[in-house]
Amino acid sequence: MKFIDEYQDNKLAESLAYRIANHCSHKIRLMEFCGGHTHAIMRHGIRQLVPETIEMRSGPGCPVCVTATTDLDKAIALAHLPGTIIATFGDIMRVPGSYSSLRQAKADGADIRIVYSTMDAMEIAKANANKSVVFVGIGFETTAPTIAASIIKARREGIENFYVLSLLKLTPPVMKALLDLGEVKLDGIIGPGHVSVIIGSGPYEFISNDYRVACVISGFEPLDILLCIDKLVQQIEAGQPRVEIAYSRGVRPEGNLKALELMGDVFETDGANWRGIGIIPQSGLKIKKEYEHFDADKTFHVSLEPARESKGCRCGDILRGVATPHECKLFGRGCTPERPIGPCMVSSEGACAAYYRYGASYD
Amino acid sequence: MLLTTDTGRVMTDAILLAHGSGGRLSHNLIEGEILPFLANPMLSKLDDSAVFTANGRLAFTTDSYVVNPIFFPGGDIGKLAVCGTVNDLSMSGAKPAYLSLSVIIEEGFPLNKLGQIIRSIRAAAKEAGVDIITGDTKVVNKGQADKLFVNTSGIGIVPDGIDISGANAMTGDRVILSGSIGEHGIAIMSQREGLRFEVPVESDCAPLNRLVAEMLEASPNIHCLRDPTRGGIATTLNELARQSRVSIVIEENKIPIKEAVRAACELLGFDPVHVANEGKLVAIVDHHDADEVLAQMKENRYGGSAAIIGEVRDDHPGKVIMKTRLGPSRIVDMLSGELLPRIC
Repeated sequence: MKFIDEYQDNKLAESLAYRIANHCSHKIRLMEFCGGHTHAIMRHGIRQLVPETIEMRSGPGCPVCVTATTDLDKAIALAHLPGTIIATFGDIMRVPGSYSSLRQAKADGADIRIVYSTMDAMEIAKANANKSVVFVGIGFETTAPTIAASIIKARREGIENFYVLSLLKLTPPVMKALLDLGEVKLDGIIGPGHVSVIIGSGPYEFISNDYRVACVISGFEPLDILLCIDKLVQQIEAGQPRVEIAYSRGVRPEGNLKALELMGDVFETDGANWRGIGIIPQSGLKIKKEYEHFDADKTFHVSLEPARESKGCRCGDILRGVATPHECKLFGRGCTPERPIGPCMVSSEGACAAYYRYGASYD
Repeated sequence: MLLTTDTGRVMTDAILLAHGSGGRLSHNLIEGEILPFLANPMLSKLDDSAVFTANGRLAFTTDSYVVNPIFFPGGDIGKLAVCGTVNDLSMSGAKPAYLSLSVIIEEGFPLNKLGQIIRSIRAAAKEAGVDIITGDTKVVNKGQADKLFVNTSGIGIVPDGIDISGANAMTGDRVILSGSIGEHGIAIMSQREGLRFEVPVESDCAPLNRLVAEMLEASPNIHCLRDPTRGGIATTLNELARQSRVSIVIEENKIPIKEAVRAACELLGFDPVHVANEGKLVAIVDHHDADEVLAQMKENRYGGSAAIIGEVRDDHPGKVIMKTRLGPSRIVDMLSGELLPRIC
């Protein structure tokens, strides 16, 4: 993998930054959809390289952050069912639900295991045939194909005690929802890199066609992001917004057909509940009827108290780009990575975590 | 499965609860599997405690090792347990002398793997020049421990005139890093996750006492020493900045890092400054002596790629600031929580 230096070259970065500053004639507002982009921007100091006329907002592209409290409460309730093992990505362990967190449930005796992939969860199921293993399936189109593959594999291998709680979400519908809400006027969107590897650039065409907003798909290296901003500025200045790929080494316009096919085999779209936004039609993936044996929602029934949100937490506003982390009164005071109140401070893709880690208290 | 050897010793191919009972099997385990590898006059007495004479100021430290997996590229839990404690002593400027070794084993653990770990403890102790002079073995029921836990404590002697502490950093001091970062963390992570890289990443686990001794010969004006283990150099530098009430400014492009580690970090979404090391040290040295200390470090096999990565300042006390590869500056914060790969 000899690609890193080329994408972190400071001379190239300087000249791109110079070009961006030269081209950008008026104030514009961009949103980086992905939490991964927010982190890269903060980590490499990209905000300091672009002119002040470019305002940058973080978007909803953090899978842990957009998981609704009520869905988290459900995962916690499942963890307390006797004979159940919960397998989950680590980030979500610390996110506070309404009354508890998965971490608290684990301390209270629930069997919760951190895994790095769904395949690990399936191994746990194989090794614990007398228990039910529920994988908490959070993520976007990036994670969905591997979860689909694990469900297909579980069926093929006859692993009957493996279940998925599908909280998977889709990116184009939430972008549309944000644009429809119109709370923040955007000139351009830094399009998600990894998601686009799977779905390609086609599903974003509505952004420029229907909303006249520029959209450039970016990789995660600093030069990728600068190049993306440069292209966005050019489109905006020319008044010709369109969908462009500035991450051609990863993204093809048609996406990854094999991965899309896997997703289509196992999942169908359904409404999904997004933190801070609510239910967005056709924005989630639920397990199809033919695989319903593996659907935790169909197999386990838990009763939930009404969800409660943490007082003062502005994660919802931050995920919609309405507020920046600094505008939340709890940021860095009541809410820190050690004692998070909202998910944006927990997740390694959360905007608050990025702002806090790379620059919270410099000044 | 039980086997009886010619000498009448009962042997098994896995650790049984009875191996920790204090009875015959315990003796067989200690005398057959451990003592032959670690023997020295004090340990071989098998008295309840080791008795020795020491002169001068003593440094004393302890650490427990629960790493998973217990075998990883570049080392295992045994090597780690020796190097970790040797390094903790060395970071006070002490010359490590004696270690204790305590092992808690899960019932059913394969005997040959225990042998492998004991042999690597021997090799690491030999390299560091320390003796293990007292020890303990316990066996717990299956499920009560994860395979094997190790605790080591260590005693070292601090030479006269050495005053090393995290609170000693002074404005103008230089920050020296002994070599490339992140290798242990990535080696563990790749083993745990089954990731394969073109160039396999091995743990940097190593005893640093000789390196430290040579550095102290080059200059007594070493103000702080610390090994950036869990939490990486970011956490270590933050600790030093807070303890000394100074700021530390480092330059990203001066931090040595192997290509494979950088690639792995980019892939997993890690910041390499947060990734663990087990054979590296950070030294804060009077600026007059920094070049000489650095030159001396480069002579040692564990300091070959050492570099001055930054300096100590008096603005923004308690903060660590990094000039990024692209030019701008940003805060380097301590690691909070666990280092977890990104989902998206």
